[in-house]
Amino acid sequence: MHHALSRHRNILDFALSSLLRRKAKNISLFLVYTLIIFVIASLIFFVQALKREAALLLAEAPDMVVQRMIAGRHDLIPTNYGEKISAIRGVSEVTPRLWGYYYDPVFQANYTLLAPDTAPPPPGSITIGSGVARNLRIKTDDLVTFRSYSGTPLLLTVSGIMPLHSELVSADLVLMAAEDFQAMFRMPKDVATDLAVTVANPRELVTVANKIVELFPDTRPILKSELLRTYDSLFDWRGGMMVVMLAVALFSFVIFAWDKASGLSAEERKEIGILKSIGWETGDVLLLKFWEGAVISLTAFLAGVLLAYGHVFFSSAALFSHALKGWAILYPQFRLVPTIDGYQLSVLFVLSVLPYTAATIIPAWLAATIAPDAAMRS
Amino acid sequence: MIALQQVTKTFSISPTTSFTAVDNVSLTIERGTMTILKGPSGSGKTTLLALIGCMTRPSSGRIMLQGVETSFFQATDRSEGFDSSSLPERFLTEIRRSTFGFIFQQFNLIKGISALQNIMLPAYPTGEQQPVVRQRAVELMEQFDLLRHCNSPVEWLSGGELQRVAIARALINNPIAIIADEPTAHLDSQLSQAFMESIGLLKDSGKTVLIASHDPIVYNSSRADQVVEMRDGRIVQQEPPV
Ligand SMILES: Nc1ncnc2c1ncn2[C@@H]1O[C@H](COP(=O)(O)OP(=O)(O)O)[C@@H](O)[C@H]1O
Ligand SMILES: [Mg+2]
Repeated sequence: MHHALSRHRNILDFALSSLLRRKAKNISLFLVYTLIIFVIASLIFFVQALKREAALLLAEAPDMVVQRMIAGRHDLIPTNYGEKISAIRGVSEVTPRLWGYYYDPVFQANYTLLAPDTAPPPPGSITIGSGVARNLRIKTDDLVTFRSYSGTPLLLTVSGIMPLHSELVSADLVLMAAEDFQAMFRMPKDVATDLAVTVANPRELVTVANKIVELFPDTRPILKSELLRTYDSLFDWRGGMMVVMLAVALFSFVIFAWDKASGLSAEERKEIGILKSIGWETGDVLLLKFWEGAVISLTAFLAGVLLAYGHVFFSSAALFSHALKGWAILYPQFRLVPTIDGYQLSVLFVLSVLPYTAATIIPAWLAATIAPDAAMRS
Repeated sequence: MIALQQVTKTFSISPTTSFTAVDNVSLTIERGTMTILKGPSGSGKTTLLALIGCMTRPSSGRIMLQGVETSFFQATDRSEGFDSSSLPERFLTEIRRSTFGFIFQQFNLIKGISALQNIMLPAYPTGEQQPVVRQRAVELMEQFDLLRHCNSPVEWLSGGELQRVAIARALINNPIAIIADEPTAHLDSQLSQAFMESIGLLKDSGKTVLIASHDPIVYNSSRADQVVEMRDGRIVQQEPPV
C-alpha cells in the first residue's frame, strides 16, 4: 500500500515537471479550456439565478388571480364580483387589482403600470423603477408626461424611485394612484384588471376555484402553481438560446480536446518509448498521462468556474446580460443572488474533465502498448 | 547465472513468411563476468539481449535465471533457478526492473529534465521513496564524476557525460546485470576506452555485464571474460571455447 502511494507520488511529480517542460503548449491548453468552462458555467449560473429571482417574486404573488374572459380574451372584471367571491367559504380576502402595460413611443420601451392597493402614490405623482428612471433620464421631483387614451398628455410628478437592487421585475415598474390609472385609460371606477384572491387553507384552492367558475362562468381563476409553471417555461424558452450556446461551447470543447490533447508530438512518443525501455509498464505511462491530463483539466475547470462565479454574481453577468435579461426593453441593473446548481455543475464536470482526460490517455495508451524491445530499437 | 537452452526467436513478417532472428542459441553467462556479443549488423545481437533482459519471449527454448530474488521466487544457491520465458507478463516486468539495467545506443535520455532526474526515472514506478532514490542517484553521480551536472538539463552535457549518465541510470535500481546494446556507437575511441573502464569497474564490483557490439575496442577488451560471435542468428564462435 505504502509503495503504491509513493508510486503515485513519484509519477505525479514527474507529470508536473513534464507539464512545465512543455510550458507553451500546456498554458495555451489551460487558457482555452478555462475560457470554455467560463462561458458555460456563466450561462448555468446566470439562468439559475434568474429562475431563483422569478421564484422569489412569485412567492409574493397571490394564491389565485381571477380574470374575466370575453370571447376567450382577458377583459376587465366588475369589482362587485369580488364581493360575492369573498362570501365563498374559505376565502379570506379579495383585492381588486389595477395594472397594465404602457408603451413609451419616445423611448421605445414598455413599462408595467400598477395602481397598488396599499400605500399608493398620491394622485398626480408616480413612483418608478430604476430602469424607467434611467431610460427617461429623470429623478425625483421631475415631471413626466404619459400619453392618455385620447392622446392628450398626462402630467405626473416623480415622487420616488424604487431602490436599484430590488428585483428583476420592478425595474420597469411605474406605480400610480388608482385615479390616475383610470383617467389614463378611461377605465370605469367599478371595474378592475383582475382580482387577487387569498385562501386561508391552500388545500381548498381548487375547491374555491371551482366555486368561482360556478358562480361566474365568465371568469378564469389562475392558481399560483400554474403561474410558476408558466414562468418556468418562459425561462426555459429564454434558456433555449442558452442550450444552443451550450451545445456550441461543448462541441468546440470536444474538438479542442481531441485536437490538442490527442496529438502526441514525436517527442512525446519518443519519451514514452524511453520510459518503456527503462522499465516503466504501460500502466505507469498511462498513470503519468492521466496525471498530466487531470492536472490541466482540474485546474482549468476550477479556474473557469470561479471566474464565472465572479462574472455572474459580482459583475452581474456583464458579458451577456443584454441577451437574456429584462422583461421590458429595459435592462435592469441588479446584483444576482449567488446560487449554485450542484447537479448542472457536476454534469459540466463530467462532460469536460472526463473527455479531456480520455483524449490525453487514449493516444498515450496506443503509443505505450508497444513491446519494450521495440522501444529498445527506436 | 543465466543459462540459455536452445533459444529461438522467430518474427512473423506476414501471415505466410517469418524471420528467425535468433536460431537455437545455447549460452551460459556466469555471475560477475563480462560477456560480449559480437557480429555484423542484423546477426541477432539486439534480439538476444532483449530475450535475456525479459523484454520479449523466445519462440522456443528456455532462459534460466539463477540467483534472482523476486517476490514470487526466493532463490537459493542450490536451486536451479527458474525459466523466465514461462512467466506471466507482470513477473517479467518485475524481473526486468530489479535484475537488469539497460544502456542503449542512443543513450535514450529524456531532454528538458536534469541529469539527476533522468538517473532517478527507472525507480519512479517501483514506488520507492524519492529521497532514498535521490540519495542513491547522487552517489552514482559522484562515482561517475557527474556531480557538477546534477541539475543541468541533459542537453548541456557532452557525449562522454551522456554515456556516464546512461550508465548511472542503468544502476539506479541496483540490478544484478547490466545489458548494453552498442554502447560505444556514438563515442570516439578515447571515450569508448573510458566506457570500457567504467564497465570493467562495475564487473569488479560484482555486476554481471552483457554487451552487444561490433566495435573492436569492446570485443577486444581485456576485461571480457567471454566473447560470443554471432551470424544469422546463430553462435559461430565462442571465446573461450566451451
Ligand atoms: N520485430 C521484428 N520483426 C521482424 N524482424 C525483426 C524484428 N526485430 C528484429 N528483426 C530482424 O531480426 C534480425 C536481427 O536483428 P537484431 O537483433 O537487431 O540484430 P543486430 O542487433 O545484431 O543488428 C534483423 O534482420 C532484423 O531485421
Ligand atoms: Mg542491434
